[in-house]
Order: sequence, then structure tokens, then C-alpha cells
Amino acid sequence: MASLRNLAASLNPATSTDDVNRAESREIDASTKWPAIFLLGSAVVWLLIGTVFALISSFKMHSPEFLGDYEWLTFGRMRAAHLNAVVYGWSVNASFAVAFWLMARLSRSVLRHSGLLIVAAAFWNIGVTLGIGGILAGDSTSIEWLEMPLYATPLLFLAYALVGAWAVITFRFGKSQHIYVSQWYILAALFWFPWLYSVAEIMILLTPARGTVQALVNWWFAHNLIGLWFTSIGLGAIYYFLPKVLGKPIHSYYLAALGFWSLAIFYNWTGVSHLIGGPVPVWVQSAGIVASFMMIIPVFVTAINHHMTMLGNFDALKNSPTLRFIVFGAVAYTLTSLQGSLMAVRSWSEVTHFTHYTVAHAHWGMYAFFTMTMFGSIYYIMPRILLQEWPSAKLISLHFWATAFGVTLYVADLSIGGIIQGLLLNTPVLAHKFGLQEGTDPVPFLDTVKAALPYLKWRSYAGILITVGHVAFAINFVWMIVRSVEVTKTKLTLFCTPTDTEVAAR
Amino acid sequence: MNRAPLIFLSIFFALALSWTGIVLVNQISYGSLQPVYDENDGKAYPLQTPGLAARGKLVYQDLGCISCHSQQVRRLGYGSDIARGWGERQSVAHDYIREDRVLLGTMRTGPDLRNIGARQADHTWHYLHLYDPQITSAGSNMPPHRFLFETRKVIGQPSPKAIQDKLPEKYRPKAGYEIVPTERGESLVEYLLSLKDTYAYPETKNVYVEPAPEAGKEGEKK
Repeated sequence: MASLRNLAASLNPATSTDDVNRAESREIDASTKWPAIFLLGSAVVWLLIGTVFALISSFKMHSPEFLGDYEWLTFGRMRAAHLNAVVYGWSVNASFAVAFWLMARLSRSVLRHSGLLIVAAAFWNIGVTLGIGGILAGDSTSIEWLEMPLYATPLLFLAYALVGAWAVITFRFGKSQHIYVSQWYILAALFWFPWLYSVAEIMILLTPARGTVQALVNWWFAHNLIGLWFTSIGLGAIYYFLPKVLGKPIHSYYLAALGFWSLAIFYNWTGVSHLIGGPVPVWVQSAGIVASFMMIIPVFVTAINHHMTMLGNFDALKNSPTLRFIVFGAVAYTLTSLQGSLMAVRSWSEVTHFTHYTVAHAHWGMYAFFTMTMFGSIYYIMPRILLQEWPSAKLISLHFWATAFGVTLYVADLSIGGIIQGLLLNTPVLAHKFGLQEGTDPVPFLDTVKAALPYLKWRSYAGILITVGHVAFAINFVWMIVRSVEVTKTKLTLFCTPTDTEVAAR
Repeated sequence: MNRAPLIFLSIFFALALSWTGIVLVNQISYGSLQPVYDENDGKAYPLQTPGLAARGKLVYQDLGCISCHSQQVRRLGYGSDIARGWGERQSVAHDYIREDRVLLGTMRTGPDLRNIGARQADHTWHYLHLYDPQITSAGSNMPPHRFLFETRKVIGQPSPKAIQDKLPEKYRPKAGYEIVPTERGESLVEYLLSLKDTYAYPETKNVYVEPAPEAGKEGEKK
């Protein structure tokens, strides 16, 4: 049967051979060039801006007098500005670019009218600039993950509508017969996001729902932004790049489908776990806890699938920058998700809720998983659209080690600090049992602040390390674009020359 | 075979489920809670936030106080909110129904503020604390909010709102100058003082029974 198909393929001139395939993807890549460069360029700028905001907020946490006289630089505004710059600036721009590029390639469809896409990207970035400027100027809404003032929203919606429409068109015009799992994730994310965003904007800002229903909407939105948008795009990218770089198919399509559908069903209930113990109906909290725990299924299924794909190819990690970042992201996804399930358990939440532990968890997810995955994707995409290699493998190496070590230090440090803070703050009996305090009565509040201080300082050191990585990345990125004007062809970017492993990087 | 419509439908229903369960059902079940009219007091609870305090809430929002301060008290036996004196009872949905913007918060780098008006009712304390938290709470990592005050030359009568005499030596301005809270600073303090959930709604009565000593800490039971 298989040989018959091969025979048919050899007779049919329209059937793709390797050469035709390659020429086709080259053409598709070329069509995504300008929108991708624009989106990724904006993403890198926001990454740097967000990093500066992050450092300022982090320093202020242990040295409150630092820049203390400027209202617009006060901690509350810096923190919100940091969150929005890295989420809506860096992460969304990067995910647009990656989602697009993947969609075009997987649908085998040339991107049409890419100029309009650039207009959409410009709208998005103007919207985010307006929003963050608004936060700094004092127009923050104080809704977590939705701090940008209402006047930034129409631009964001418009931009999103264009982007979403383009992706769907690209998909519809595609020649590909079957739908790969990355496309499921991307299409689903593109569909889910506007629903989440519009419900949140309407029920919290435009016509506020009464009382704590707002809080439910807030966390339904915020956690799903992570779970259904960023996780979907991140997993979509991993599902594409992992097999692509290794040059072998994904271990199991069945597991991929199971992972996707169990994520789609369970993830969107988990947001309520941010309100455990709060003034919202207890049954919803319980539903959130159950869903968080059920998330173990998609997480394990996905982890097994990725691991089995990697099995026997771990050597390739030495060579491929993309693979190194992607694998780091995939492992972080598994760990942070399992941590998330644990955090939803009432007795664990009692300790860690309201502490720096949650901040560590957020960075594990949004940075160690999502951002690292985006870095890996960018390292793969840029050479394909510019038709030249990265200027410096050393800078990539620096980028990887600084961010990988930095975020690991960050997460470990704040998790420990958060647990200590939480024990002292919330469960004095337990804190006493662990020898953190003398009696079993709550210690004075300021003691919980002082106990966390050393960890907050170490967080700043971790932040500096991450900043070094970002600067290396930005230099390489700008250098590459500037150089692309002059140079045409260079050799493959690898940390070292592969030996027996076949790295199908092209 | 084109499975796109099927995939799309499933994607739709996946989110529709939680949207119904978390958002819609709760909006229907308690999204139109009404204030409770107390015949003895002749007032409807929760009370409306007075005008200046309502403006102060906007200051609270734009400064991002929510990054470090929650506004919710958890029940007795879960966390140590009540043992810390952050409230006499747990917060209930009724407490928030007059608020256009609900600021529950998820972080306690600083203490919970849901009842700060009840436990710290002194204006001056708040002004000193905002001017520099080290004055009232040495070792705190809260940033100073000196930008909510202005130092100005005394012209004619000194302002009754001036706080410089209450500040420690090193913060005092030159003679002939005074430090007064700006309008934003004043309204923020009014807002903080307005934060108190002391009214006992029907649903908050008889729910906090001291846990029996031999039962130890109550874990999962609600």
C-alpha cells in the first residue's frame, strides 16, 4: 500500500517533493517577513521596557526610598506597568508573530495582504503604549491583568480583530489537508481570547457587575489569558519546533489530541482558585480546585508526548539554540502546571495565597515556560525570514544561560521566601511547628515583611541576571536586522558542530 | 475530511461551559443582591461611600495600592485574618455590592485593609504613615507617599491641616514653612477611614463558632 502511494507520488508532478516543499516554505516564509519583523521588533522593545519596570519595582520592594519622590514611578504603578508591558507588549506581540508564522507554514498558505497585518500590529502597539502611559499617568483601573485604562481598549480590539481575521483567512486558504495539533491550539487561542477579553471589559469596566461577581469575572479572564492564550500559543510552538528541529514526527498524535481536549475542558475553570477563602460562593471555589487538579491529565499527557519525542535525541540540545530554549520551556510548563494544581489545594493555598509564592508561580509560567519558548521560536524564525544566520552564537549562549539561571534562581528564591512569609502570615501554628516563630499566636505583621526581605533582595539579583540575557538577545536581534541589509548568506547558527545527530534545522 | 467545523464547535463549547458556570450562573444567582435595610438604624447596609472617600478610592486605584493590600477577610480557622484583628467577621458578598470597582486583591505584602478604618481611625496616623511609613511602622517596605503632600510657605494663618509639628525632627521643614496633604492625599485618607465592614448581615450571624480545642485546626470544612 505504501509503495503504491510512493509510485503515485513519483508519477504526479504536483505532489510535493523535498525541493518543491522547500521552495514553497521559502515563499511562505518570505510572505511573513515584514509583519513578523515588525511584531518581533516591537516585542523586543517591550521586553526591554518591561525589564526596566521590573527592576525598578523589584528594587523598590526592598529599598522603598529608591526613586521614592516620583509619583509616576511609585511601586503600584511600576508593577502594573511591568505586567502590562511584558504581557501585552512583549508576550502578545511575540505570540502574534509566532502564531502567524506557524499558521502560514502549517496551512501551507502564503500570507495575503501583509500590509494590513502591519497596520494591525501598529494599532496594537499604539494601544499598549497608550495603556501603559495611562497607568503611569494615574489612570490604572486596578483590575489585575486589566490595568490598562478603557481608552486603550478600542485600539486593542481593532488590532485583534484584524489579526484574528487574517489568521482565519490564512487557514482557510491553506492547501494542507489535515490540521496539525499546533493549528488546533492557535485557532482555539485566537477564538478564545476575544471572548475572554470582551466579557471582562464589559462586566468589570463598562457596566460593572455587582459586587464580587466582578472578582469571578476578573480571575476567569486573567487565568484564562494565561491558560487559553499564552499556554495554547506556547504549546503550539513546542509541538511544531520540537519535532521540526529533531527531524522526526511527534511521538503520538493520539496523546496530542488527548492533551489538547483535556486542557480545553479543564483549564478554563481553574481561575477561581485565586479566590479561595474569598467572598465568593464556595461551590465555585471547589469547582476551580477540582479543575486545577484535573489539569494534571493534560500536563502529564503533554509532558510524556514531548519527552518521548525527545528520547534518544538529547544530544541535539548541545547544538540547537531553538531546541534548548524550547525544551527548557516544555519542562517548565510541566513543573509550573503541577505547582499550580498543588496551589489550588485549600490547605496549601491557606499558606501560599497572598504571598510572593504566587509571584514566583506566575514567573515560572509566563517566563520560564512561555517566554523561553518564544525565545526558542524567534531563534528559529528569524533566520528563515531574513535568509541569514544569527550574528553571534556566543550572545545566544549568554542569553540562554543568563535567563535560564536567572529565572531558576528567581523562582526558587521567591518560592522559599513566599512559603516562609505565608507560614508566618497565615498559619502561625504551622510556622511554630517548623521553628519559624516562638509561640503559636500570629507574629506582628512587620515580622512577616522582614522575614521576606532577604528573598526580595535575591529576587533583584536574579532580575539583573535576566536583564543581562535580555540585553544580549536584543543586541543580537538588532545586529541581525542591521546586518541583513548587507550580508546575504552565512553558516548555520549552532553552539557547536553536530556530530552524529541529524539536526534538520533547514 | 475537513474536521474544522467539529473542532471549532468543541472549542466553543469548552469555554462556554466555564463561562456559564463561573460567570453567568453567579451573575444570576447573586448578581442582584440588594442592600439590607435595618429598621433599628433606619439605614440600608452597606452604607454608601461618602463623596470625598469615593474620590479617595480613585487615588487608591491609580496608585496601585492593590499590588500589596487585599480587601477581604477570610473566615475564622482559615488563615489568621481574624486572629490578626483584620476584621470581626469574614467578608461576605454583601459587603461589596455598592462598589463599582471591587478591589479584593491577591497580595499581602502589606496588611489587609478591609477594616482599616475600624482599627486605625486616627487621621494623623495615616498622614504620618503615608508621608513616610518608617515613622509609624519602622522596617516596612511600603514606599513613601510624600507626593501626596506639599511643603509650602506659611502665608497668613497656618493651615489647620498642617502636619509638620507631628513629624519627627528630621522631616521638619524650615521655619515659616508647613507640610499639608494635597487634595488627593486628604481624600485617600478619607477613603481608608471609610473602610469598615462592621455591620452584621443575617448571613454573617452565628457562623463563627470558636473551634473546639480538641478538634484542633479546622482544615477543609466550611
